[in-house]
Amino acid sequence: MLDDAIDTELAEFETERARSHTRVVAARFLRHRVATVALIVLVLMALASFFAPKYYSFDPNERTGALSEGPSSTHWFGTDNLGKDTYAQVARGTTKSMQIGLLVAIVATMLGVAVGAIAGLYGGWIDALLMRITDLFLVIPLLAVLIVLANRYRGDSGNWKEIAFVIAMFAWMYQARITRSELLALREREFVKAARALGASDRRIVFRHLLPNAAGAIIVNATLVVATAILIEGTLSFLGFGVTPPDISLGSLIDEGAEAARTRWWLFYLPGLWLVTILLCVNFVGDGLHDAIDPSQDRVRE
Amino acid sequence: MFSYILRRLAMSIPTLVVASFFVFVLVAASGDPLAELRANPGISDATINAREQELNLDEPLLSQYRVWATNAVQGDLGESVQFNEPVSEVLARRLGVTFRLVFLATIIGVVVAVFIGVVAAVKQYSLFDHGSTFLAFVFFSMPVFWLAAVLKDAGIRMNDRFGQTIFYTVGERTPNLDAGFIGQLTDRAGHLLLPSLTLILISVAGWSRYQRASMRDVLHTDYVRTARAKGLSESQVLGRHALRNALVPVVTVVALDFGAILGGAIVTERVFAWKGMGTLLIESLQNQDTPMVQGWLLASAVIVIMFNFAADIFYGYLDPRIRRA
Repeated sequence: MLDDAIDTELAEFETERARSHTRVVAARFLRHRVATVALIVLVLMALASFFAPKYYSFDPNERTGALSEGPSSTHWFGTDNLGKDTYAQVARGTTKSMQIGLLVAIVATMLGVAVGAIAGLYGGWIDALLMRITDLFLVIPLLAVLIVLANRYRGDSGNWKEIAFVIAMFAWMYQARITRSELLALREREFVKAARALGASDRRIVFRHLLPNAAGAIIVNATLVVATAILIEGTLSFLGFGVTPPDISLGSLIDEGAEAARTRWWLFYLPGLWLVTILLCVNFVGDGLHDAIDPSQDRVRE
Repeated sequence: MFSYILRRLAMSIPTLVVASFFVFVLVAASGDPLAELRANPGISDATINAREQELNLDEPLLSQYRVWATNAVQGDLGESVQFNEPVSEVLARRLGVTFRLVFLATIIGVVVAVFIGVVAAVKQYSLFDHGSTFLAFVFFSMPVFWLAAVLKDAGIRMNDRFGQTIFYTVGERTPNLDAGFIGQLTDRAGHLLLPSLTLILISVAGWSRYQRASMRDVLHTDYVRTARAKGLSESQVLGRHALRNALVPVVTVVALDFGAILGGAIVTERVFAWKGMGTLLIESLQNQDTPMVQGWLLASAVIVIMFNFAADIFYGYLDPRIRRA
């Protein structure tokens, strides 16, 4: 096949090009100082949470016997009235939140790219219908719909995957719009016309030419989906429709801590500031990636 | 303009039909309303079957929908399980409470966001611009439930410090308040303060960024340069030429965000213990009050569609090209 011949010939050149492109993006990202700091903080928080069971002396659900103690060198974030250690709980909650955020980002990106690619590639009434549905999904009161759907899994232990899929079902819309508009712009470019003139199939054009060129914008938005998913998961758990014990969510921790905000501030403020820091960092990283991958594009947020 | 309004109105009817079907399927997918009865060994199959027939659950989904939609069009949304009252009456009562919050927060939020965005765009890279950018980023990343709880805690601490109630932190009004019209009004306004501040801070963070970006684009256009060149005063250039055009993208964002504000209201009501739509939805789900949940979602769909309709009309007013298209 002609396709295969070209593939082998171009493979070497393409890996070389891909490597240098990644390097350029990385260099541009590192120039963005806030984003670099945010990425470092985020990685540290993730590692600290993930490896907490290895280095921290307490389990999240263990009753330590130290009741309602403030932060100290033994109990870093203090304890609640049952003697549970807040840092251990925050670490467990962060791990779960990040797992959910990543799973939602992956599923929503696949969904969104599929919808956007079909709409952008076929055009006509298929495009009109798919975009109409996308717009409909954009205006619905997301949280209300999510509570109704998550209600089915309320109280089921180990329900975090179901929660993640429910969130993903309503987090793909911007990915679809971005993919579609990227494809519409790319479709008219010379290299795509050239590939088509050489007899490349639809599938080859989509997977080898269109999507790799749209990948930058899609990846940037995927980081924003992670932030949104963590935020929504926290909100669902705060309202009592999210993950269930033994899993812990930062949202449910903050909900429990809110009652004690005045007398035992650490139960409310420390998990809350932790969550806000995560969200702030993810948003900054998304911003830095945006500038690094596509410096030419118009920006709404700066 | 009139035919434009009619056209837009006609377009929102199919949207409403689709939305209502979506609502119905969503609730059907959210769980079996009789799950608790079925799990109870003391209840006979005959009782369950009778209940199924009463709720039309033995029919196929499409005909269940037809019955529900036909009644809904006539204003009958069924009977609430938890309140033993018609769904529509409970909704009407709760809607008023939430409407106060959402309406006030949206109006003030838009005004503040437009103001901040315009000033930041006109005085680009000033201290104000950098300050508002930073604050926008912080509030943009802040969960509504966290911000609401922080404001509530701050309010309680202030009250403690001054030994009297300055900030109301519980409920939407003082129950059994013996006061005249003005007294009732100020009581409600006082209860509105912290919840609406929560929603305003969060929505201003996003909207002011859009306003800044679109105002900056507009300030660089030829027609603004022309307006300046022909000697118009700066306020005329900014107000009549720049701002009017720069508002169009912001209206889109506000209309799109309306669902998010409604979500924010659900959370805020929960934190401040308001008896509004948000708490109603949560209680209805906890009590398996299916007709209530259906009615709730349908009402919110109608509100969102009406809000988008209003935004469309505002577009037509701002941009004559849209209404002639």
